[in-house]
Amino acid sequence: MSLVFAGACSHAPGITGRAQRADPQLRDAFYASLERMREALDRARPDALVVIGAEHFANFFMNNMPSLCIGMADSYEGPIEDEAWLGIRHTRIPGAAELSQRLITEMMQEVDLAYAQEWKFDHGIMVPLHFLTPRYHLPVIPVNINCQGPPLIPLARCWAFGRALRHACERQPERIAVIATGGISHWPATPDSGKINEAWDRAFLEKFLANRRQELLAYTDEQTHREAGQGGFEIRTFIALAGCTEGSRGELWFYAPIPIFAVGCTVAVIPIVPLAEHAA
Amino acid sequence: MSLYHVQKLLYQLNRDPAVRQRYEQGFEALLAEYELTAEELHAIRQPDIGLLYVMGVNGQILMHYAALRGFEWDRYIEAMREGERRYGPVRTGLYVRAGERS
Repeated sequence: MSLVFAGACSHAPGITGRAQRADPQLRDAFYASLERMREALDRARPDALVVIGAEHFANFFMNNMPSLCIGMADSYEGPIEDEAWLGIRHTRIPGAAELSQRLITEMMQEVDLAYAQEWKFDHGIMVPLHFLTPRYHLPVIPVNINCQGPPLIPLARCWAFGRALRHACERQPERIAVIATGGISHWPATPDSGKINEAWDRAFLEKFLANRRQELLAYTDEQTHREAGQGGFEIRTFIALAGCTEGSRGELWFYAPIPIFAVGCTVAVIPIVPLAEHAA
Repeated sequence: MSLYHVQKLLYQLNRDPAVRQRYEQGFEALLAEYELTAEELHAIRQPDIGLLYVMGVNGQILMHYAALRGFEWDRYIEAMREGERRYGPVRTGLYVRAGERS
């Protein structure tokens, strides 16, 4: 089969960990959009879910930091954070090691990758799964893009990674769903936590949803740091998804700054244009 | 002087149950295994969360150490702000330019 679903959403730990402190109306509308995304994902009947995330020193540290890494395990566990702090119970999540291996092998024709047969999920993956696969029944293939410890991978290579993922998915018999999860502008875990540059976010989302490659790749880390905070480096996950869904226009299902969640909360889905159609 | 080692200790404390156990059984013996300056040791022992922030510790690492040491969210944020007031802008790492904010 191939890619059967693509979407993007936020993953900030406050979404679950500080849920009671958010504006109830905004929070519930955001949760409702995530539930709508869960239903859409379910309707796509995926065999596996690739989660393109940006972890926060859960498995990878500056002693050996891969720019790009894909999980290749039969199962994973998470959250690595304190359960009460995050508001998510610790659990095991099924993997798809054999499918991971096939995807990685295909992708290595186009991009350099690390792989990992052990991986503990932090909020970067657990928060999306909490809403999108709350029974943890769907095999997950985690992807990490280093967005934390510079030097960071150039945006063009994130796009190329996404494109390679798409090509690899197209060669598999399984039905594969992909979500990207990251913040847009945000200053998480700093004195500026809660600051959100809504105009910057909306401008980025417009380019992302229109799949405008050149404009997405024109962002520089210096500009992003200045205008969107260090958390803005996580646009790499969105750009990888844009490469994966090249030629497809996305739909924004939700966007609203929720300061206590420390991010502009986002839910977007990208109806997939078949590769051949796009190429034509 | 050695932001890498400070962050490595805190990262391992956050993520490795065996290191966490050693922290609980004898913090000094654990600290002795890392290349830390007197100021860094002081900030970790205290803990002076504001000073650790000013030294450049990444918030994704620091917020978990703060939680381990009993700082709930608002107190953690305030501790970093107090650190900037007492010690000046962030010295190195990802947040150096954070001091430019209005």
